[in-house]
Amino acid sequence: MNAEYKDAREKFEAGVARSLQKHKERKESFTTGGGLPLERFYGPDDIESLDYMKDIGFPGEYPFTRGVQPTMYRGRFWTMRQYAGFATAEESNERYRYLLSQGTTGLSVAFDLPTQIGYDSDDPMAQGECGKVGVAIDSLRDMEILFDKIPLDKVSTSMTINAPASVLLAMYICVGEKQGVPMDALSGTIQNDILKEYIARGTYIFPPKPSMRLITDIFEFCSANVPKWNTISISGYHIREAGSTAAQEVAFTLADGIAYVEAASKKGLDPNVFGERLSFFFNAHNDFLEEVAKFRAARRMWARIMKDRFGVTNPKAQMLRFHTQTGGSTLTAQQPENNIVRVTIQALSSVLGGTQSLHTNSMDEALALPSEKSVGIALKTQQIIAYESGVTNTVDPLAGGYVIESLTNGIEEKAFEYIGQIDDMGGMLTAIEKGYVQKHIQDAAYEYQRSVEAKEAIVVGVNKFQVKEDKGSMKLLTVDASVGERQIAKLRQLKENRDNIAVSNALEEIRKAASVESQNLMPYIINAVKCYSSEGEICGVLREVFGEYTENIVL
Amino acid sequence: MDERKIRVVVAKPGLDGHDRGAKVVARALRDAGMEVVYTGLRQTPEQIVETVLQEDADAVGISILSGAHTFYFTKIITLLKEKEAGDVIVFGGGVIPENDIPGLLDAGAGAVFGPGTPTSVCVEWLEKAVAEKKEKEQ
Repeated sequence: MNAEYKDAREKFEAGVARSLQKHKERKESFTTGGGLPLERFYGPDDIESLDYMKDIGFPGEYPFTRGVQPTMYRGRFWTMRQYAGFATAEESNERYRYLLSQGTTGLSVAFDLPTQIGYDSDDPMAQGECGKVGVAIDSLRDMEILFDKIPLDKVSTSMTINAPASVLLAMYICVGEKQGVPMDALSGTIQNDILKEYIARGTYIFPPKPSMRLITDIFEFCSANVPKWNTISISGYHIREAGSTAAQEVAFTLADGIAYVEAASKKGLDPNVFGERLSFFFNAHNDFLEEVAKFRAARRMWARIMKDRFGVTNPKAQMLRFHTQTGGSTLTAQQPENNIVRVTIQALSSVLGGTQSLHTNSMDEALALPSEKSVGIALKTQQIIAYESGVTNTVDPLAGGYVIESLTNGIEEKAFEYIGQIDDMGGMLTAIEKGYVQKHIQDAAYEYQRSVEAKEAIVVGVNKFQVKEDKGSMKLLTVDASVGERQIAKLRQLKENRDNIAVSNALEEIRKAASVESQNLMPYIINAVKCYSSEGEICGVLREVFGEYTENIVL
Repeated sequence: MDERKIRVVVAKPGLDGHDRGAKVVARALRDAGMEVVYTGLRQTPEQIVETVLQEDADAVGISILSGAHTFYFTKIITLLKEKEAGDVIVFGGGVIPENDIPGLLDAGAGAVFGPGTPTSVCVEWLEKAVAEKKEKEQ
């Protein structure tokens, strides 16, 4: 930096110091939402050590700080993908077709909890939960209804399914087949990220070792047969929702990613190949600048990890492609309309951070599942950013900004510090076992709650600017209590009409294959799904062979 | 006077994995001087009631964000009554629509705290509720 600038900056700082004696700032010190220090202002000297070619680069080029494509949204917008699903396959199919008619460009399936945890709707563990947080799927029959009149060669579908991901992917493949769409023409994503289930989301079934096998079986099967499928969505979203900071979100997500790459490499798979199909999923919270920096830092870090740590040379396998969802935990039950504004800020940060797809939350989600009206507004929010805001017309517009680049460095530095600690412990599985990750997240969650109660953090309408409101007046979506009964009746009928000998043979084949670690389970699961074995039956067999995970309670 | 600390079980019934709220509340109650047992995820109503009895708890806090609140609150309260532990204070929170709250209170819940409730409000409410319960017992 030239002497003239240095001189001028010193003078400026001295002037500010004088005026601070008269006019104090709002706080003693400022930080980002995630606790990174935030200076009064940033200047060229703050990014002096940045090397453009090494640290930033051109869009679509290593280290992908500026995005994964050279033209980004000038070519095509991100996929507008609204997570949806409730009650039975019939109701959800109707909602998907509404969303497609409104201009949504990809589907995202929410399953109910029994489906996510491998229980059929008639299982005692499913009581009260059927169709509540997503759609209930017991067998291929439900899946056929779910995608009725939705051509699987025209839409891409993301499925939030983890422990039983193989089963739901198998069902999707079978629906495709029935529609005449071959496996290699299917595109979409399964979440398939079990580590964050142990850390933050809770829908695990099996212990870590067989879970990692199921995941890498999918990597292997899809590399050969379903090449356009994203085989995993390594998720920071839920880690953040559980209370982590932005830097922790990046650190723990990428550390999970490292564990998957290691497991697949150990199986003999080539990270240059399966690496292309790894995708990521991040949260977008309110601290706008930190969030933009977070997305950029994550992309740069993953490229460096893949290249330096795993020796990956294929640029497509170095790229971090990601989906974003706005932060559910930032929504308030108070003055719910204000959530539209929060969602807008968050969505904009993900677009300026270069997201590949986006879900915008609906204003009523702190109260219930979203109504059709509020889902409509959420989708329109994305369309307004895409078509009206102008930020999509030039690539990575905030690059080079002193504060953005400084925060991008700050997130990277902090996140690599956590990853280093996890490496020192022996990797992510050990870190989870020891409760290290959970503890850090909970401490951050508790600290945030404390700061809200102390009014150090202000949440409009919650701890400041409250108004009296009639909370019962909003029209909310309710899931009919008869959903469980209808679903159980459907399942009973299915079990009476299918070829039960074929089912028990297929389940027996799965049992045998499951106990031989070198067998890829996917073909066996597809076979069982095809003859209408239920999800609970398939997962039941796997439970018997693999056992079940029990939570390591950290408080 | 050797007064017993307030004993609370914080429970996650059903399949819901959202445990941020339960854990934050559990820590806040603990920091307020109560003895807190957190059950962990995926507890059946029977398991929760068993824990309440084993721990001789004064209260049980139920956290649920999956929409299955009516089923679980009612079931747990019914089981407590069956085990002659109907005096145990039941409270809770989560994503629970305003219109569902009167039903939960009618079923016997002492309080339902919605999103955004300061933990200090839960603490104060629970201290008062336990004091009233003890007064009745004397």
